Amino acid sequence: MEPIITHTGIGVPLKQSNVDTDQIIPAVFLKRITKTGFDDALFHAWRKKPEFVLNQEPYSRGTVLVAGPDFGTGSSREHAVWALKDYGFRVVISSRFADIFYGNSAKQGLLAAKVAQPDVELIWKELEKEPGTEITVDLQSCTVRCGSVDATFEIDNYTRWRLMEGLDDISLTLRQEETITTYEATRPGFKPTTLPAKV
Amino acid sequence: MAENSAEKPLTLAEKVWRDHVVARGEDKDGQRSPDLLYIDLHLVHEVTSPQAFEGLRLAGRPVRRPDLTIATEDHNTPTLEIDKPIADPISRKQVDTLRSNCQEFGIRLHSLGDANQGIVHVVGPQLGLTQPGMTVVCGDSHTSTHGAFGSLAMGIGTSEVEHVLATQTLPLKPFKTMAITVNGTLRPGVSSKDIILAVIAEIGTGGGQGYVLEYRGTAIEQLSMEARMTICNMSIEAGARAGMVAPDETTFEYVKGRPHAPQGEDWDAAVEYWRSLRTDEGAEFDAEVIIDADELDPFVTWGTNPGQGVSLNESVPDPTQFHDPVDRESAERALQYMDLEPGTPMKEIRVDTVFLGSCTNARLEDLRKAAEIIKGRQKDPDVRMIVVPGSAKVRLDAEAEGLDQVFKDFGAEWRFAGCSMCLGMNPDQLEPGERCASTSNRNFEGRQGKGGRTHLVSPVVAAATAIRGTLSAPSDVGAGPGGGETPLASRPAGAGLHA
Ligand code: SF4
Repeated sequence: MEPIITHTGIGVPLKQSNVDTDQIIPAVFLKRITKTGFDDALFHAWRKKPEFVLNQEPYSRGTVLVAGPDFGTGSSREHAVWALKDYGFRVVISSRFADIFYGNSAKQGLLAAKVAQPDVELIWKELEKEPGTEITVDLQSCTVRCGSVDATFEIDNYTRWRLMEGLDDISLTLRQEETITTYEATRPGFKPTTLPAKV
Repeated sequence: MAENSAEKPLTLAEKVWRDHVVARGEDKDGQRSPDLLYIDLHLVHEVTSPQAFEGLRLAGRPVRRPDLTIATEDHNTPTLEIDKPIADPISRKQVDTLRSNCQEFGIRLHSLGDANQGIVHVVGPQLGLTQPGMTVVCGDSHTSTHGAFGSLAMGIGTSEVEHVLATQTLPLKPFKTMAITVNGTLRPGVSSKDIILAVIAEIGTGGGQGYVLEYRGTAIEQLSMEARMTICNMSIEAGARAGMVAPDETTFEYVKGRPHAPQGEDWDAAVEYWRSLRTDEGAEFDAEVIIDADELDPFVTWGTNPGQGVSLNESVPDPTQFHDPVDRESAERALQYMDLEPGTPMKEIRVDTVFLGSCTNARLEDLRKAAEIIKGRQKDPDVRMIVVPGSAKVRLDAEAEGLDQVFKDFGAEWRFAGCSMCLGMNPDQLEPGERCASTSNRNFEGRQGKGGRTHLVSPVVAAATAIRGTLSAPSDVGAGPGGGETPLASRPAGAGLHA
């Protein structure tokens, strides 16, 4: 996983609240069995409308998405994060993220930066005033800069550390394998097992 | 979630958490890294698992506990002609991939045609694999369903699926707790679906974020397990990570005797432990919401998120009446998509399709309640009704009671089990512009088919709607009580009689 410490790229204003994962990537694309190649699926229904922001230059080359509150609600599909990343986004800014989406982002190296809604609106203004304005997001100082707007974002230290180190979850956990085995020995005998099958 | 100290009273969620901590997170700069939690049961289906297995294979890792893992085919499976190969090549490929992955990694799989095939959240409880006090995960957001047993049950993403397969654990951050206290008793015709739709309308689709919800109070205690599952299922629509109900006699009764339920001494030990899980007297929740069940009507959504709902007796709201600009904009957009005029009485809205199915409302009790309403009545000829049982076993049990005949006589289509029109990954989809009364859990744009319009309803409202052709309560079709989740006999005298 590629570490992120700071990122600069074109900001894309997505002035909508409650962008659910069905909008980010419709269910039909969940049929694929690979982990990449979802860039065409991102915002699939909206991309058909010429006026949609990603169909406009220079937003189509954006790497920082700036969305309304409650981004990533709905289904737990991680494909939403893959699609955003495959398209080229490294950062999503919103004042509120759905929990599962937020967790999925951290694991895939997509920075979900929580920025207060008034600041989000100022950033939207900057982006619309001058389409193509770049946004710089810095994980060291937890700041977002866009034109004349200087804002901070919230992120917990653990997620921040992982993003900055580019660390993969499983290898982190497997460092504690002995502890897992010790725990397993204490599990009560009445806990169910799926095997052997009893039907 | 609270620190583990012996004296401090704990909530149900905190106790289940406490009992699954493999390693505590460490404090770093005043913030704590996640706890590592042990996972008791991992449910797997074809959509969110292929990339997880691919990851294992690439890293050369085995599945740590195949005996705590179970798979079923549900999202892509056809509900007609299931003996034929799946027509859509991509769906077929996903299902085939699940089959070969389960074979390769030694995981038990219930395939199409098997009595225990079905929606993953229906299958776990049906087999008795879902029990109180467990940690349950699945790569599906409606895993919260299993919280009805007093389990901590969470939806996870595909990389977490891989993590659980490889380690049987998950690093998780502590949650806050919210009590949803539902007092009183539901009136006839009002269901647990209406409780949860009312809760979401009250707290909003983001209101539960960061929380585990515990549903409690007299109205919840009176509910059957199946009705509790409906409520917990939709916790995720309030943004919550999980929803729970404390295990009680109703829970034990439901689990007892199922294929994987503990037996003999194990059963006694289990029940003793399960009883100890109830929230302690004096335990503090981080937030509380109180709902009065006596006041509830059947509920229905008018918009494109599950928080956009009203009582069936009300009208389509006027966006200009919303104070919050974000809500107003979202309501305007929703009404445009739904093609609805503010002020239209909900009961005058005509539907084209009625879908009775999904992990929210396709268990035996749901089918029975709907059948009770339609029995001996005629379907509106312009409405198509599709009934999709939650699992092959639900279908078989329903057929053994003759429910299939009731549905067929009424003019409904009786299908094989799966997710079906809940998300339209198989051929069961709405046409653009079609309007559907659906017992599922999500009314998002295009969820049931591109351009389709969804109104979320309970099974009895779905049934009444199929009769009249417009959104309707059971009382509108002269159906007496039967919508309530409890038999009248067990209600306090006079309950449900006042308006
Ligand atoms: S029935 Fe619907 S909500 Fe439930 S698991 Fe299937 S697709 Fe998800």
